[in-house]
Amino acid sequence: MAGDQGLTLTTAPAGTAPTGDDLGRRGALSAFFAYKRRTRLALLLGPPVFWLVIAYLGAIAALLLSSLWSIDGFTEKVVHSYGTGNLHTVFTDATFRAVTVRTLGIALLVTVVDAVIAFPMAFYMSVVASPRLRRILVVLVLTPLWASYLVKAYAWRVLLAPDGPVASVFGGTPGYGRTALVLTLAYLWLPYMVIPIYAGFEKLPRSLFEASSDLGAPPGRTVRSVVLPLVFPAIAAGSIFTFSLTLGDYIAVNIIDSKTQMLGNVIYGQLITANNQPLAAALSIIPLLAIVLYLAAMSRTGALDNV
Amino acid sequence: MRNGHRLLRTLAASLTVALLAAACSSSGGGGSTGGTKNRKVPNVPMAKSLGAGEGEVNLVAWAGYVEDGSDDKKIDWVTPFTKQTGCKVNVKIGNTSDEMVQLMRSGQYDGVSASGDATLRLIYGGDVAPVNTSLVPNYKTISSFLKNGNWNSVNGQMYGIPHGWGANLLMWDPSKVSGNLDSWSAVFDDAGKYKGKVTAYDSPIYIADAALYLMKTKPDLKIKDPYSLTSKQLDAAVALLKKQKANLSEYWSDFSKEAQSFESGTSEVGTSWQIIANTINGAGKTTVKTTLPKEGATGWSDTWMISSKAQHPNCTYKWMDWITSPDVNAQVAEYFGEAPAQTKACSHTADKNFCTTYHALDANYAKQIHYWTTPQKQCVDGSGNDCTDYSTWTRKWQEIKG
Repeated sequence: MAGDQGLTLTTAPAGTAPTGDDLGRRGALSAFFAYKRRTRLALLLGPPVFWLVIAYLGAIAALLLSSLWSIDGFTEKVVHSYGTGNLHTVFTDATFRAVTVRTLGIALLVTVVDAVIAFPMAFYMSVVASPRLRRILVVLVLTPLWASYLVKAYAWRVLLAPDGPVASVFGGTPGYGRTALVLTLAYLWLPYMVIPIYAGFEKLPRSLFEASSDLGAPPGRTVRSVVLPLVFPAIAAGSIFTFSLTLGDYIAVNIIDSKTQMLGNVIYGQLITANNQPLAAALSIIPLLAIVLYLAAMSRTGALDNV
Repeated sequence: MRNGHRLLRTLAASLTVALLAAACSSSGGGGSTGGTKNRKVPNVPMAKSLGAGEGEVNLVAWAGYVEDGSDDKKIDWVTPFTKQTGCKVNVKIGNTSDEMVQLMRSGQYDGVSASGDATLRLIYGGDVAPVNTSLVPNYKTISSFLKNGNWNSVNGQMYGIPHGWGANLLMWDPSKVSGNLDSWSAVFDDAGKYKGKVTAYDSPIYIADAALYLMKTKPDLKIKDPYSLTSKQLDAAVALLKKQKANLSEYWSDFSKEAQSFESGTSEVGTSWQIIANTINGAGKTTVKTTLPKEGATGWSDTWMISSKAQHPNCTYKWMDWITSPDVNAQVAEYFGEAPAQTKACSHTADKNFCTTYHALDANYAKQIHYWTTPQKQCVDGSGNDCTDYSTWTRKWQEIKG
């Protein structure tokens, strides 16, 4: 559709009769572009390439560069002399290492929790539910994305309070700790896992289920040997979202589990509290590296082929 | 897509190699440079006289300091200011001192309500200008113990107009904690009694609370000022805070979270502000008590400062005079829950006992408060230049939190 609209742009808008002058000018313009293929290409690709190279990769390059600077101990202003002290600190400091390991652990745990919840949900939505119910369920899954992140994080604070709803229904609450943090993050990122898996199921030919049962496989076996391998790339695609979103989070941690630090908190602390931008830049290389490695691992599963 | 894989792999590989090389070839140390020698204050010119207002002023302030009626219709001291001076006020709320320093460094703001843990950073960074107090008539009647403090002046030159002050108090829930507490030991040495129910302030500046406690209880450490710590003294404070962490329910950094923490019973004892206690007691879900413990307390003293790059200096001066005028200063102090800096404000408060409750005119009470000050290599109490600076404190704080 977008292509069609693009073509109609060269015709005059309905209701206004084009004057001869107008047509002439437009004709000249089309003639100009018809012969200058390179110009046309440059105009078409220029903005996105600018965005990707200058704004996007440029920002990362600036980050890497500023991690080599240092800071004046007194005025806290950045000194533009190059050295690898910050990187050395980041990769040798025991606190930073502990925080890195913890953050990766939490990110993986959140991803697993989301996958375990999202798989049956997506299966039900795509395979079992009627088309009408399916539409309602998709809307319900996406609705929380309309609410503010902060509201949702604070809502979990209220839910998990010692005298809160969770405590009164289940007779206890995990309190504000690691469990609560994983729960909250898993809740926050769940839609990002459900939707890719749901899309994965949608692409699955239903005849495969029948074939599997015709060959005598019980439902459990069908899920294990037919569904899971075929949907796995979709799960991997969803996990990229849950993993990377958790890796960068620092607000939910403050609200739900303030005794824990994640990488985001340490980076924020160095950037805002200590005003040490170079060290913060050096620290943010860790999640960058983790995500590049994670993407590389996921691309082997074929997760990136469909996104 | 195959190409995509190769690209990714190449990217990952080259990034890894570059980083490993960088990390291995390091000369070690790194981080901060300089700072041991006596630092000079950047030479920023001071206003000599005032002209007409520029029609606008851009301020960075703590929530509750610049109210124009948009939060509460009855709470408005900005509209009358604009009416009187023609200066429209644009305010940007700073959530922490650190954020305020960042905002002022951007050079887009004219004035800031800076706490003592931001003021020196701003002064030595050349981000604020000295203030000509003779251009601020209300300065004359500001409490004398707030003038020429080591957090708002350098070499006898004021860098701002004191606005209000308060102490970080010990707060507890008497329905869960028995007896009247009178010592910070409740959150340090005796914190085990309230295991899992103690709360602490989430900022490196909280290290000073531990240092103050050690200053009174461990004289052999020879701590003279909680913001001037040698590395040995800092380590002792850090060790105390690491021990404390085992007994914490959670850290707090924002007002509403602390209130909810006590109301829900998550926390029962810990450091707090008077305004938080007022909020909790006002809401009525639970009651809390506060005290200024016998060891004294850390606290804040806020100062209105003017940017060295101020686009609207006249309006900023007019604002500094307006906010410290008796009637307005009384309104702000009552709304925010702190002692007004203006002595004459005490006769303008709606609650006639307000200044007594907050000990506004009590110089001895004020003396027990160790105002937030930015720790520096060159000790802020003038005792030498082997102290630990704020970035070291931040690293230690991250180490405490683990």
